[in-house]
Amino acid sequence: MSTKKRINRFLVYLLLILMAAIFLVPIYMVIITSLKSPDQIKMDTVWALPTNWYFYSFVEAWEAFAPSLFNSLKLVIPATVLSALLGSLNGYVLSKWKFRGANVVFPLMLFGMFIPYQSILIPLFQFLNSVGLYGNIPGLVLVHVVYGIPITTLIFRNYYTEVPTEIVEAGAMDGAGFFGIYRHLMFPISLPGFVVVIIWQFTQIWNEFLFAVTLTSGTGNEPITVALSNLAGGRAVQWNLPMAGAVLAALPTLIVYIVLGRYFIRGLLAGSVKG
Amino acid sequence: MTRSFMRRDRIIAFLMLLPSMILIAIFVYGFIGRTAYSSLTNWKGVMVDPVMDFIGLENYRQLFTGLINIRFRQSLVNTFFFTILFVVLCLVTGLTLAMLLDRNIRAKGIFRNIFLYPMSLSFIVTGTVWRWLLNPVGGINRLPELIGLEPLTIKWVTDRAQILKFNWQFFPRTVGILLLVLMLFLVYRSLRKNKKIGAFISGIVGLLAALWLVTGGDQALTLAYPEPHGFNLALIGVILAASWQMSGYTMAMYLAGMTGIAEELREAAYIDGATEFQMYRYIIFPMLAPITLSAMIVLGHISLKIFDLIWVMAGQDNATTDVPGTLMFTTAFRGNQFALGAAIAMVMLILVALVIVPYLVNTLGSEQEL
Repeated sequence: MSTKKRINRFLVYLLLILMAAIFLVPIYMVIITSLKSPDQIKMDTVWALPTNWYFYSFVEAWEAFAPSLFNSLKLVIPATVLSALLGSLNGYVLSKWKFRGANVVFPLMLFGMFIPYQSILIPLFQFLNSVGLYGNIPGLVLVHVVYGIPITTLIFRNYYTEVPTEIVEAGAMDGAGFFGIYRHLMFPISLPGFVVVIIWQFTQIWNEFLFAVTLTSGTGNEPITVALSNLAGGRAVQWNLPMAGAVLAALPTLIVYIVLGRYFIRGLLAGSVKG
Repeated sequence: MTRSFMRRDRIIAFLMLLPSMILIAIFVYGFIGRTAYSSLTNWKGVMVDPVMDFIGLENYRQLFTGLINIRFRQSLVNTFFFTILFVVLCLVTGLTLAMLLDRNIRAKGIFRNIFLYPMSLSFIVTGTVWRWLLNPVGGINRLPELIGLEPLTIKWVTDRAQILKFNWQFFPRTVGILLLVLMLFLVYRSLRKNKKIGAFISGIVGLLAALWLVTGGDQALTLAYPEPHGFNLALIGVILAASWQMSGYTMAMYLAGMTGIAEELREAAYIDGATEFQMYRYIIFPMLAPITLSAMIVLGHISLKIFDLIWVMAGQDNATTDVPGTLMFTTAFRGNQFALGAAIAMVMLILVALVIVPYLVNTLGSEQEL
């Protein structure tokens, strides 16, 4: 019996290690390819380690992608901060200050996070064009803040629903109003909620492509996803360069995930509405 | 603490939500309305000060029956197969991983992180990497060589082969009947659970489907000649990449669900002499059913919207791997056929709404009963 259990256990670990290997293979491939010089990249040795390490790919990739990485940063930081603040306020209203009709407003808001953005893309393009926000970072910030409202509101609403209503009532007893309760009671306990939302929005906006490619292509304000797809989609590429570019594009979100993975998972599960 | 004071704060609260409500009203519903209207016109050519004549449902008729719009129909077929394979692969992989990890595994956290990290990447990064992995003369095809076998010769995303072919003429009627059956089932289910709103909505949709079939509405969308469509094998590579990225998500959902199943319940099952198989079969799987449904809906709607991954892996204008998402973009923003692009976008929206609206009504509806 005990040996049978032991064999069982061994098989479980074997399977887990095998699956882990499958999940890690792409990373291995990216790293070894990015560290090969173009003339070392040969099909019959694609899986082999580089014979001499060629770090110049990263220098080249940095030169090619620094402007778009910087664009992404200029986009992600304000958009994330603004949508987190907006979401927090909305979540506070929808959990502690429910008004008549709130139960209709909330699902109508939520629907906005599921729509295919193609269905609003043409009017959005026209609108941004007519107000002078087409092709620049502020326009893209606006877009991400607006279409981030549903998910940020959802996460904060679920978070604040857990906070006992007695706290709000006690605050009201002490004479605090809407803002007083928010500033002195809700905001100070909101840190975990903010971490979840900030990580979520940071990852989403950094990784977003459809809005970016529609609204910034060829303007010099392209975020990293557009720049990387332009390079990788081109013909006759030296593959060390897109691979090094992929590393640069992936690092920010990957680091956030490694450091704050627990909160990342929470945001992930919140996306399935139930929270 | 006077009542008027509270009332003033209630007004403030409403006013604080108002900007978001207005933004959503304009940017989501207003813009959808504009797209819907554009899809009923002949708008093409210029973006600024366009000429837009109302032509009714002509664009939709063109998409479903026009000779040159065969690509749109294949894009729907592609999405269909993509969705089924992608969802099944993610569910199976995710459940397997969760079951493996749910056994007091040492280094559980490390394994979980390995399975989840692809979720933090963009589809663009995933696509770039997988395009290289799926190079027909390199990458994965060369893996068998490492253990002394012949390399594979799979063409992956450049494959032109098509299997499971069927005649598109059957499509409109089949969809109508399937929709009707599905809605009848949903009405039955909602009534049994005493959810009147759900039953009402499903009933209306079912009634519309029945009306459409009875009045011969499906004939209007039926091609005059047979047109074969099928599963393009070029999609398999993209499905693999998408599943590699999203399986961790299903795993996380299942793990969250399994942790929720109380330890006492399992111990009780063990004490009652249940084998491990029985425990999964009779205790754990039934409790995971709602999670499976949520995962199917979330993954399904992602798959209906898929865009970036196809774009990088197979190119933005590749007929074999077209999906409505990429086709809408090229039609509207490359071909300047804005009305036709808007019509494709509306078809996408309807497909997503069919999946999401019942789900939202269901989850939020049951929440309010609490």
